[in-house]
Amino acid sequence: MPPTRLATLDPERPVVEQLRERVAAMERRPALEPVPTLPGLSDIVPLHAGTTYAVDSASLALALAAGASRAGEWVGFAGCPDFGAEAAAELGIELSRTVLVPDPGEHWLEVTAALVDVLRIVVLRPPASVDERTAGILDSRLRNRSAVLVVHGQWPRVEARLSTVESAWSGPAAGTGQLESRRARVDVHRGARPPQPFELSWPGVHRVDRVARVDTQHDLHSATG
Amino acid sequence: MRVMVVWCPDWSVVAALEEAGASPRSPAAVLHANVVEVCNGPARAEGVRRGQRRRDAQARCPELVLLPTNPDRDARAFEPVMTTVEELRPGVAALRPGLLAVRAPGSWYGSETFAAATVSQAVVDGGVWDLRIGIADDLFTAEQAARTAEAQSWTVVPPGGSAPFLRGIPIEVLQDDGPQGRELVSLLQRLGLRSLGDLADLPGDAVEHRLGAYGAAVRRRAGGEDRSLFAARTPPPELDAQVSFEPPLDSVEAITFSVRTTAGRFVAQLAHHQLVATGVRVEAESDGVVCSSRTWLHPRHFNARDLVDRVHWQLQSADVGGSLRARKESGAVRAPIDRIRFVPEVVESAAAHGEALWGSASDDLVERGVARVQGMIGFEAVLRPVLQGGRSPSARQALVPWGERAVELRPLDRPWPGRVPGPAPVRVFAAPRSAEVVDDRGHDVCVTDRGVVTGEPRRFRVVGQGGGPGGNGTALPWQPVKAWAGPWPTDESWWSGGDGRSARFQVVGADGRAWLLLRGPEGWSLEAAYD
Repeated sequence: MPPTRLATLDPERPVVEQLRERVAAMERRPALEPVPTLPGLSDIVPLHAGTTYAVDSASLALALAAGASRAGEWVGFAGCPDFGAEAAAELGIELSRTVLVPDPGEHWLEVTAALVDVLRIVVLRPPASVDERTAGILDSRLRNRSAVLVVHGQWPRVEARLSTVESAWSGPAAGTGQLESRRARVDVHRGARPPQPFELSWPGVHRVDRVARVDTQHDLHSATG
Repeated sequence: MRVMVVWCPDWSVVAALEEAGASPRSPAAVLHANVVEVCNGPARAEGVRRGQRRRDAQARCPELVLLPTNPDRDARAFEPVMTTVEELRPGVAALRPGLLAVRAPGSWYGSETFAAATVSQAVVDGGVWDLRIGIADDLFTAEQAARTAEAQSWTVVPPGGSAPFLRGIPIEVLQDDGPQGRELVSLLQRLGLRSLGDLADLPGDAVEHRLGAYGAAVRRRAGGEDRSLFAARTPPPELDAQVSFEPPLDSVEAITFSVRTTAGRFVAQLAHHQLVATGVRVEAESDGVVCSSRTWLHPRHFNARDLVDRVHWQLQSADVGGSLRARKESGAVRAPIDRIRFVPEVVESAAAHGEALWGSASDDLVERGVARVQGMIGFEAVLRPVLQGGRSPSARQALVPWGERAVELRPLDRPWPGRVPGPAPVRVFAAPRSAEVVDDRGHDVCVTDRGVVTGEPRRFRVVGQGGGPGGNGTALPWQPVKAWAGPWPTDESWWSGGDGRSARFQVVGADGRAWLLLRGPEGWSLEAAYD
């Protein structure tokens, strides 16, 4: 099990051993540190500190941030004036450890950089198009601070890009019922490789089928190793 | 030990008037619970007294300025006075806002009278007009001496003269001790004692038997045998670090290399006090004159390497040509640097900055980081979401400015009939966008007063107005409705106007995305998106 930044002790193993693990994790380069991810997403997009991910919907952005927030980390949302606090809380985001900057205005880059300094996951909806240079500045900052940037929108260089291909709600019919659950097909793009499709279901972001699993793990190894 | 007491009368009023920006000469009173707590001289001249009710005080003096009580403000306003006195004589103790004690400067100023004059002059120069100084052998006598002095004047009680000085002072001064003191004064007056001398003349044993330990302590004070000491505050340690170059250096690289040890010493010296610096001013002197000074802030805290970097950046930014001499040649007045000084501007406890072994970095760090963002874009631009009760998605959440407490939240544990069931929407629009929903024949879909939908929603579109994508006032294309649910009718606050009858619908578009639409009295609007 990779050492996470959880503040809990496993009572079944010796304390000294766990302490050693944690010290070892802290001595490593911060960029290699894994960041807690929701169980449903952990083998699709395992988050790593110091990298950038792009998503195309607010629900995916919330899902990526939820794992770390559940594990006791601080998360922030910049440039999201339509933050749904209740949906975030339902996903497990701890609102008392959430920072919102709905309208950073023209200083959005400075604000994001300052948030990256202190928060573990920053979700950004860039108000303008971003060039390589700007992204590079933020990238180096991310690596220094061992934070994760989740961009809801376009970004020049990302570790992985999640895009919703199709989505279907079940529950309502013609005037009866209510929204209950949702299934969506999400493509994960990594670099120039062909996208890998996954089925996710809401509420509570679960992975539905395990068909593409073998390919994923193979790809992950080659990506991280 | 000789004690000097500096007393600024009616300090609460002075501090409050200064904060309110009113003239210090206007009659004013500080009120607590509608009762006058402190009033100033002009107000007293009109008949306002401590303990009066507000309407009585206003009846006596209609132009009375009423000020709220605020002990923090009083203490804050008194800080400059303390600093002024501290510069003349270290070891200042604040007894309460408006009253400070310090060991009387001995022969340094010539005599105690000259010392009092010097302190008085310094404080008056600082903008405080009414102060009185008392010097005596003990704290109590010095305070009483200060109370007998005139404004900007002083009373010096000679060594050993405490008892004779206190003899004539009326016993009412003990009322300042609080309820205990007031009770004692009332008893002593009933016993026929009028002055402190009368109390001091009583036998000590008898006083202790009759009045207890407190009474005995008061008797000792009245006899000029006050044993109480005051704890002087310790001036903060000197944490600057500097390095001199002989001969002066003129290349940035050489200077950067030479400040390494000093930077290390600076950080180590702070660490010795369990402190870290998060803001440091770097000053470069040339020929004894500070030619470059800049404050650098660090999101975490400075270590020696960071400081060296900051020196490098600062000198390089001041210097385009790569060497200081090149800059000089280009016309700017730059001389070789002969001294670099590090001054800690913001110093914080190292404990708050330590990397936690168990769990993530401390929340204080986040607080400070967020405070920095607030400094950039404004206090109200950084928010914290909280949940509250309500019917519409936007009413069910509140965004509170960071660092403020959420107040007047609606309770969450009520049923809130009429609220939309199912998962909460991911996007909640702060300003709902107007929309259109039509049925088969293109007629607007309405909801009757009895909650009946007039037609089956077939197509919908967002007309715009709100912010965000697609909301630039232009209508988006029509989208067919794949499925819909509703209505969830509400009629909120009908007893006080309210928004009128409205009904909410969950609508799934052809692209599989779901929306929350509201049919109000004026028409349709898009409230939230399930994305």
